[in-house]
Amino acid sequence: MQQTESFKKRIDKALHNEQARINFRSGMSGLMTKRATQFNDDQELQNMRDHARAIRSYSLSHLPELLEQLEQKLVSNGIQVHWAENSKQANEIIYQILKKADAKTVVKGKSMVSEETGLNEYLEHKDIEILESDLGEFIIQLAKEMPSHIVMPAIHKNCKEVAELFKKHFPDLPYTENIEELTLMARNILRDKFVKADAGISGVNFAVAETGTLCLVENEGNGRMSTTTPNLHIAITGIEKVVARLSDVPPLFSILTKSALGQPITAYFNMISRPRPANEKDGPQHVHLVLLDNRRSQIRMDDELLDTLRCIRCGSCINHCPVYVQLGGHAYGTVYPGPIGSVLEPQRLGLDKIGALTSACTLCGACGEVCPVQIPLPKLINRLRAESVNSQRSEAQISGKGSLRKMLEANTWVLWKWIYANPGLYRVFRWAARRFRKLSPNRLGGWTQYRTAPVPAAKSLQQLAREEGFSNE
Amino acid sequence: MQKPDTVYFFGTCLIDLLYPNAGLAGMQLIRSAGVKVIFPENQTCCGQPAFNSGYREEALQVARQLMTCFPGNIPIIVPSGSCGGMIKQHWPELFKDQSDYDEACSIAERTYELTQFLVETLDIQLTDLGQPVKIAIHTSCAARREMGVAEHIESLIGQLSQVETLEQERKPECCGFGGTFALKQADLSGAMVTDKTKAIRATGASKVISQDCGCLMNIGGALDKQKAGIESQHIAEFLWERSHATD
Ligand code: SF4
Repeated sequence: MQQTESFKKRIDKALHNEQARINFRSGMSGLMTKRATQFNDDQELQNMRDHARAIRSYSLSHLPELLEQLEQKLVSNGIQVHWAENSKQANEIIYQILKKADAKTVVKGKSMVSEETGLNEYLEHKDIEILESDLGEFIIQLAKEMPSHIVMPAIHKNCKEVAELFKKHFPDLPYTENIEELTLMARNILRDKFVKADAGISGVNFAVAETGTLCLVENEGNGRMSTTTPNLHIAITGIEKVVARLSDVPPLFSILTKSALGQPITAYFNMISRPRPANEKDGPQHVHLVLLDNRRSQIRMDDELLDTLRCIRCGSCINHCPVYVQLGGHAYGTVYPGPIGSVLEPQRLGLDKIGALTSACTLCGACGEVCPVQIPLPKLINRLRAESVNSQRSEAQISGKGSLRKMLEANTWVLWKWIYANPGLYRVFRWAARRFRKLSPNRLGGWTQYRTAPVPAAKSLQQLAREEGFSNE
Repeated sequence: MQKPDTVYFFGTCLIDLLYPNAGLAGMQLIRSAGVKVIFPENQTCCGQPAFNSGYREEALQVARQLMTCFPGNIPIIVPSGSCGGMIKQHWPELFKDQSDYDEACSIAERTYELTQFLVETLDIQLTDLGQPVKIAIHTSCAARREMGVAEHIESLIGQLSQVETLEQERKPECCGFGGTFALKQADLSGAMVTDKTKAIRATGASKVISQDCGCLMNIGGALDKQKAGIESQHIAEFLWERSHATD
């Protein structure tokens, strides 16, 4: 139950952070409006979603074959492939590659999978300098914070806060709150690092099995710099990111950029197929791909939970979540926040560790409505709630099943069932509630802190129906 | 669907106990369109509260009891998007692998949300007899996304000539009720309903109308607590009052 308490504390902290709440509200409203401008034909949107979903579903149902094919293609293209079962293995693999190349400084493009493995911290412990090159990631690296959003990692900060952060870290540079000037400053700082870095690390959006191509979607050009300027490039991604054909990429890319930032297309789209051949002038000489499992293959074994893996990390579910907009990302305490986080993280880390996330949801359905690959997020949250209070209800291999069952709560539901499954008992209960309505509590825990308490009506609907002459059969 | 002779009415447990007038108004609206309404005596709850809290076994037993109330092959009308959604969308899931799965599916197929039935099947025509009033509409998330019937509350209110609808900011956003969520995550739910009521108050409406009593209990309770002077009312009661003025 400790997790429930600490989650409560994080929620409390988030709700009291007025500035961050303002930042999230304006950030999310902007993102929702922008997305809407990209999808003005409902039918066309539905067709796109159907197509995207079908592509992702095919990937998951053919995952082992596709991964094999991907490895073969990559290797024959000259890209080295590594398999990691968990975060620790992934970090070690990357460290060994860096060590072998005698790489001391690394520039990194945005990669949520590397957040998942805690790569930065790991490499810093090994005395490797790692610099985030995505502007948002760069900001939070300076602030020593976690990303608060999977697409916009520094969305919790406004321009003024960023300006102050820059002033603190780069006192020689002129103070400005202008976002374009700040971006330019960051670019200049980073340019220099790109040229000197020994290695670049990046994520992958789609890995094409047919051709052995790693696709990278980005807006700042830092991804291209990280993957082309240093002599060594290491990409890291989850095993589910594979797609079968090159022709699968355009539809996914298109719905991804539209859903994520409301962009028809991003400024950069990188396709990496091989290291630099001897007769060419640019690009890294060595390219590696680390494929991380981290329980994904277990999630895949369950017919329903498998849908989790269709995710293309657009962040749209987060942008539209009425809970996330109140809390922001840090309150979740996980790498992935919002609806997708509440579904993925308890499966990845265990219900006993972070199952409480599933309680921070009204099941309003806004997330499922916008998800470009139609993941039934509310349904999965509900399913995980059931798993977290019942250890025996399914075969699913999630750790911590039943761990959130509390005696009092479970007994309350048994009592509830007795009453509501027995019309006779229910009538007695209803009679008592009405009879003593004047005595009904006017304070009901957290409910009455924000609202008045509901009071039973003088007559039940059943009674009114009889009086008004409605038949009962 | 063709206009049926007879329908069942499932009033929902929340309405039975707290908002009976909303349920009664729904039945009266249907009856006044010439359809016989049966109110089965043994109805209690659709199982939603337990289902959404992860207690599916308990939900199943309560749902099964409700199932016995609708033996005839006639439509079941529910004055709530979320209870309607529970039966229509989630009963098939809840009863999966159970011996009475087919029966549950048949009930799911026969279930209609009230405003949906009034518009799509009865094509009800209302004459506004009330005084001019400014209202805001809150569409329940379940009516909007599970049942896909959000537009019907708008078109019904659109028939009332003296009613002006004002639109609050971020209208489709959840009010923060979420059943047991409001108790389990009380402060979070409180923050959400505070935002929602702020938006409604800013419109200058004197009433807020919704098709779900869960939302109304939440939004209305918060408005009362704030002494905002804004009344909250279920769509059925609002329609019935305005089209059949008794005072
Ligand atoms: S779950 Fe869907 S909406 Fe959320 S990030 Fe993944 S693809 Fe986007």
